[in-house]
Amino acid sequence: MSVLETVLGHYDYVITMFLMMAGLYIVVASGNMVKKLIGLSIFQTSVYLLYIEPGKITGGTAPIVDPAFSVYSNPLPHVLILTAIVVGVATLALGLALVARINEAYGTIEEDEIFDRDRES
Amino acid sequence: MTAVQPHLPVLQVVIPLLGALLAGLLRRGTSGFALALAVSWLMPLIAVALLCQVLTGGPISYHLGGWPPPWGIEYRVDALNGFVLVLVSTIGAVGMPFSYRSVALELEPRQQAWFYCMYLLCLTGLLGITVTGDAFNAFVFLEISSLSTYVMIALGRDRRALLSSYQYLIMGTIGATFYIIGVGFIYLLTGSLNMVDISARLGAAWASQPSAVIAALAFVTVGLSLKLALFPLHVWLPNAYAYAPSFTTVFLSATATKVTIYLLIRYYFTIFGVSIDFRALPITEVIVVLSLAAMFIASLVAVFEQNVKRMLAYSSVAQIGYITLGIGLADQAGLTGGLVHIVNHALMKAALFMSMGAVFYRVGTVNLKDLAGIGRKMPITMAAFTVAGFGLIGTPGTSGFISKWYLALGAFERGWWWLVFLIVASSLIAVVYVGRVLEVAWRREPSPAIAEASDPPLTMLVPIVLLAAATVYFGFFTEWTAGVAGTVAKTLIGGLK
Repeated sequence: MSVLETVLGHYDYVITMFLMMAGLYIVVASGNMVKKLIGLSIFQTSVYLLYIEPGKITGGTAPIVDPAFSVYSNPLPHVLILTAIVVGVATLALGLALVARINEAYGTIEEDEIFDRDRES
Repeated sequence: MTAVQPHLPVLQVVIPLLGALLAGLLRRGTSGFALALAVSWLMPLIAVALLCQVLTGGPISYHLGGWPPPWGIEYRVDALNGFVLVLVSTIGAVGMPFSYRSVALELEPRQQAWFYCMYLLCLTGLLGITVTGDAFNAFVFLEISSLSTYVMIALGRDRRALLSSYQYLIMGTIGATFYIIGVGFIYLLTGSLNMVDISARLGAAWASQPSAVIAALAFVTVGLSLKLALFPLHVWLPNAYAYAPSFTTVFLSATATKVTIYLLIRYYFTIFGVSIDFRALPITEVIVVLSLAAMFIASLVAVFEQNVKRMLAYSSVAQIGYITLGIGLADQAGLTGGLVHIVNHALMKAALFMSMGAVFYRVGTVNLKDLAGIGRKMPITMAAFTVAGFGLIGTPGTSGFISKWYLALGAFERGWWWLVFLIVASSLIAVVYVGRVLEVAWRREPSPAIAEASDPPLTMLVPIVLLAAATVYFGFFTEWTAGVAGTVAKTLIGGLK
């Protein structure tokens, strides 16, 4: 199997990895605190995909006991990721609340300006 | 008692969680404190009961909701996490009386009940990480403790507390996400999330797909290293500790990083270690090098720090280096040293941060230049600081010496005699940074700014003295620290492939 076929056959993983790297890059590269949180969210979301993709089996149905079907998709990753989504939402909410408080205290949400203001005071 | 006994493992999590909910409903700081105190004093009783049961009768497996593992979530207590449970809950119990005055001074009245709510949530998370035998459940508890920690840090008076909390949130979430990617790989490889089950299945995965196992190991290592502040992933720690309310710093420095270190040990020695030849991978060398970097670089930075809380925070990074050095040595004496330093460092660092909390309570600052002669004004507090400071250096007669002794033995066992010199050399840097504070506190004339200062009220003073006394006590009587740690290390090393 050529490299191209491997990549195309796993295009969903390629997208996941792209989102993962893009999210992490935004967190590192952006100086704006809200944008950092957006990057963090993208990074976390890519992990949801990483869990859910392998659970899907081609031709599999929903996991309901029925003599007519014998191939099921794995439901466990969905349950795990429901929990992870809750954690992700809580993190984002807390992060945004902190940014709002930082904006009140410093009058800006750009990291460079905040460091400058702390150095002045 | 007999009706409750089988449910002790889950009560470790349920009681503080319910306490946190109740504290959230209370509006007054005093009632929140009373609740948190009741919960904190109950926890060590349960933890000690569990540890005694484990030491005599072997591991306890608790099936949550009656679902047997590996399908259901299992809470599993063995000597290793029983030991950590006792540590975390004891620190909570001893530290709690200290919080009352400190929180009342540093936080606004409307925030106080919420602070205790967050403290109890954090305790829930930390005890949960320790007690659980499920890899994904550990992630959830990791985030429960981290999210409440971010709030506890952000409640500091200084506006930089907000910034530190935000930075910690970013780094901590990246760490947790790396951890969960690692767990995802493990799940794909083994089809299981139960730690015992994983360790039984990982060997087969290693035979067919070694690179995926290494990727999982790498992700878990990096993720947890971010949370436990292994050099150079420690940058969130100094600011977070320096600007957080005093009690937050005391509690976090003694428990949060320690519990994550426990989780790393759990992964290395009971999951990866039993199924693959973990010591053949370069990972132990990497950990040793990073630990040495922490011991030297963080200690050197501490020498030049003007804010004593920040100085102690950098010292924490260095001391975490000693603990991970024990993990990296991965032999009987070295691992004993690492494990025993988890306890010893927790006790002495809590004492040090508490004395600084008491100084802040009386003087309102912890900058070194303002503390001239503070020892003459607050003699008992600073005496405790001095004792715990000697512990940090590793003077014989304190618990710090015991840790370093075992680490040095471990280095000899590996045949790395040069490492012994490095351990001693890094301790000499600790002499400098602790000595600087002691010189200012005891040798200088008190400045007029601190003329009114005196030792803090008993609720603060008793915990400080107790912890400082523990530093000395465990320097002589090591049955419950090095003794238990030695037994645990023997089991862990004996289980390695």
